[in-house]
Formats: sequence, structure tokens, C-alpha cells
Amino acid sequence: MITEIAPARERESTAPQQPRKARRAWDEVPRWQLYVPLGIYLVFTLIPFYWILLFAFRPAGSTSLVPWPMTLDHFQKVWTERSFGVYFQNSVYVGVATLVLTTVVALAGGYALARFEFRIKRTFMLALLCSQFVPGALLLVPLFQIFAKLQMINSLGSVIIAETVFQLPLSMILISGFIRNVPQSLEEAAWVDGCNRFAAFRIVVLPLLRPGLIAVGSFAFVHAWNHFLFALMFLSDQSKQTIPVGLNTLMSADSVDLGALAAGGIVAAVPVVIVFAFIQKWLITGFSAGAVKG
Amino acid sequence: MAQAAAVAKPPAPPRRRRASATPRRLPYLLIAPAALLMLGFIAYPVISVFYYSLQNYNPTKPWRNGFAGLDNFTHAFTQDPQFWDTLTFSAKWVVVEVGLQLLFGLALALIVNQTFVGRSIGRALVFSPWAVSGVLTSAIWVLLYNSQTGVTRYLADMGIGQYGTSWLSDPSTVFSAAVVADLWRGVPFFAILILADLQSVSKDLYEAAEVDGASRFKQFLHITLPHLKDAIVLSTLLRAVWEFNNVDLLYTLTGGGPAGETTTLPLYVANTSVEAHNFGYASALTTVAFVILLFFSIVYLRLSKFGGGDK
Repeated sequence: MITEIAPARERESTAPQQPRKARRAWDEVPRWQLYVPLGIYLVFTLIPFYWILLFAFRPAGSTSLVPWPMTLDHFQKVWTERSFGVYFQNSVYVGVATLVLTTVVALAGGYALARFEFRIKRTFMLALLCSQFVPGALLLVPLFQIFAKLQMINSLGSVIIAETVFQLPLSMILISGFIRNVPQSLEEAAWVDGCNRFAAFRIVVLPLLRPGLIAVGSFAFVHAWNHFLFALMFLSDQSKQTIPVGLNTLMSADSVDLGALAAGGIVAAVPVVIVFAFIQKWLITGFSAGAVKG
Repeated sequence: MAQAAAVAKPPAPPRRRRASATPRRLPYLLIAPAALLMLGFIAYPVISVFYYSLQNYNPTKPWRNGFAGLDNFTHAFTQDPQFWDTLTFSAKWVVVEVGLQLLFGLALALIVNQTFVGRSIGRALVFSPWAVSGVLTSAIWVLLYNSQTGVTRYLADMGIGQYGTSWLSDPSTVFSAAVVADLWRGVPFFAILILADLQSVSKDLYEAAEVDGASRFKQFLHITLPHLKDAIVLSTLLRAVWEFNNVDLLYTLTGGGPAGETTTLPLYVANTSVEAHNFGYASALTTVAFVILLFFSIVYLRLSKFGGGDK
């Protein structure tokens, strides 16, 4: 629903621009006032990206400022010698499992919050809002103890559960907002036509939630992919670790292999870049909806 | 068969209709998975932190374990200078980071909200660091700051500064170095949120203001800023909490060093529990952090719709 509104807004803001521009060109912001600060900021934004590409593709020991002659040695080294191939696989498991678990659990809870009145609803909403302020970083020790009791230390399951739990509150608040934007009369029409509640939800509501779910799901994936502390704490076995932990290991070595670090960083970034390129148009609108609804 | 189905059919619709109109257990079933996960992995750990904060608890020194009363707290507030250092640093970190991010984010949002050639590519590039993780940000800035082949080397080639400068290991530069690295990733957050809100300002207001002869600066002051107020307050608050809890970047970039120079309270907690295994004391420190966060969340709840605000 929200994505449908956003392009409309866009159109409003650009369409009447033409006559207005002509009417009072004197009030246009001078171009240099846009391009100069934007250019300076872009230099600041892009140099770090260029720097990591430069280090990843130029041969070890080179001080050239262009990655030429180009080499893939660092990637090969990081993927096999530094086990980034294994880390990559683990990170994919964690990311995908967190995505699925978060979306399903948040969808169920979000539907209840959007469509029903029940006794503990207000308490539950309050708990959701408050738990956004509880940082996982401060609960490392008790969480470690819980997972130790459940014999889940050193299993990816611990990280998946921990990531999901801390993604849930925001995801549920967002999804219940998306569901509220779908008129209930649509669902009621389906009930009249003989659908039960679940079928009506699946046929009528779910397709309309797609942009919202894509935004929430990709948040969950990217967050789990990027997050570092839980994996560092709960997975001690090297064959179980994830990419951010691998990067940290590269960084904390006595003499940092900068080429390998840069290549590892690019390996870490590629899936995120793909996800964002794929969902960019949904993301900003989904995000802004969340901002308003808190 | 067909008859049986026909016979069975009539009572079904009313039952279903009633089931959908007043399903008494359904909402509880739907929130149960989320509620159980949050009870088990957020509520229970929080409570156990409160419990351990009153205990001496160190797995490496089990003979000293036991009830400690408020000893952990008195120790923190009266005998642990590092605790005060980390509190001060946390405050400094949050204020500087959030302040600068808001300032640059607002400016950027205003710029990319204008119509100009290359706007969409400009937006995409400006927002791009937002997706970069804390650990990867550290990796990138370690490459930039390293003393042999980092930017300082090329600056020195151009005659600026000295060779072999390492901003991350010098106590006088490490704060600015960390701030710049986190700024790189944090500014897009504000820019995205503020831009989203900017797009909903009614154009009529600007036209009316222009008819009245208001300058662009005055339009910004009297139309744009009041419109953005709510979004700015809420995102600032959320960001302040987020920066307070931001462990990934500082842990990997500086490790809290050199000499504890960049240790925030959560980082100190992590170090106390992971390296010193002093779980009781770490729990007391965590409790202090929770009290600080509680203050933020009360303000947040008041300002957001839960307190009966306008949004």
C-alpha cells in the first residue's frame, strides 16, 4: 500500500515543477550550491569504497593508486586459506534462516495486533516498543548461559534464534502497520465468498503485503548477515563462524594482511549489495513508514 | 458422497462466520511464538542480569560466588575510575556522533530533495554506506588509516603530515578517527529518514510563503523545520540509543583502545564479562546501562504515539 502512495507523491512533486520553474526562475537554488557540497560529500563517501577495491585487486606490496595490474590472488587466498568459503556458507544459513523465521513469526503476531482486540494487546505493544531499547550487546552473558543450558553453543541455531529475537519487535510493528493499511472490508468480502480466515488472508491480504514483507525480510537478512557479536560469542569452532567474525580475525592479527582484508570485505559486501540493488525502491518507502509509525 | 457434502455444507458458513467474527483464542495463538521467544531470550536475560548484579559471580573464581548486596554498584560508583571514564566517553561519543550525523544528514537531505541533473544516482551514492556493516566499516577504515599504505602515506607524498602516522594508535587522534569512520556510515540514516519526510511537505505552503516574500532561509525556518520536527526528534532519539549500544564498530576498529581511550559502557561490559569473566560486576554495569536506556525509552514513548501524541 505504501509503495503505491510514494510514487504518487513523487509525481506530485515533479509534475508541477515545469510551470513553476518558468514562473520564478530567480528563486531556483543556484546550481553550484547543490553540486559543490554534494561533490565534496561524494568524495568523502566514495574514497573508502575505492580504497577497499584498490587494495583487493592490486598485487600485494604495490603502492599504485590504480588497481592495475589486476590480480585475484587476494580473493583466492581469503576464500580458501582464510576459510571465507566456509564462513560464507554459514553466513548464508544464518541470514536465510533469520529471514524466514523473523518474517513468519512477525507476520503472525503483526496480524493479531492489526486485526484483533484482546486483553494483553496494550501490554504486548508496550513490550515490543521497549524491547527495541534492549541491546543484544548487553545481554551476551545471560544469553550465553541460556544457550549453554540448551546445548546450543557452537551451533548456528543459537545465532539464528538470537538474531531473530532482536529483529522481531521492529518487524512486527512494521508488519502490523502494513496490515492495517489493507482495508478489512477486502477480507470480509472473501469471508462472505466462503473463504476461512486463513484462506482470505493468503489470497487477499498477503499479495498486498509483498512490498512490506520484502522490506522487512531483507532487513532481517542484512542485519543477520552483518551482525557480529552473537556469532563471536556463541560460536567458538572455526568451522561454524560467520563472515564478520572472519573479518575481525583478519583485522586483529598482529600484522594485518591488508589485501586479504580488503578481499574479505568485498566478499562480505557482495550479498548485501545484491539485496539492496534488488529491493531499493521498496526499502526507502518501507523504512519511512516505520519511522512514522515508530 | 455428494449428498454428504451437501448436507455437511449448510452449518459450515455460520460457524466459520462466527469463528472469524469472535475468535477468542486465535490472537493469543498468533502472538504466542513471538511472545515466547521474547520472554525466553529478552525478558529472562534482563531479569537474570538484575539478579546477578546483586551477586559475586565469576566462573573462574567460584569460591567467591554468593550474594553481594549492592557491593558491585558501590564498587562501580566509588572505586572504579574506568567506569566513570567509559560513561564520559559514551556521552561524548553519542553527542558528537548524533549531532554531526543529524547536521550532515539534514543538509544532504535538503540537497538531494532539489531537482537537478543526476539526482537519482546522487541519492543512491550518498545513501550507499548505510548498508555497510560495522565490521566492514572498520575493515575499510583500517585500510584507510594504516600507517604504511593508508591515506596518510599519500598525503605525506603530497607534503601534508608525516610518514608513518597511525591515527588509530595515537590517543590524541583516535577519537576523531573513530568519529569520522562512524559518520561515514551514519549520516545516510538521517538523510534517508529526513528525505522521506521532506517529500510530504505541502508545496502550497512554499507558494504562499513566496507570495508573502519570504526568503528561502525563512521558508526553511518556518515551514520545513517545523514539518520535520517530529521525524528529527524521533530519529535523533533512536539514533542516540543505537550509538550508545554501538559495539561492533568500536570493538573491531579500536578495541576500546588505545589505553581504554575509546571504551563505551557496553564495550566495557563486554570486556568485563568476556575477558575478565566477572559476570556479577558486568551485570551491575549492565543494570546501570539499562537505567540510562530506560530514560531514553520513556522519552521516546512519550513522544511517539504510545503516549497519546499526534502521530
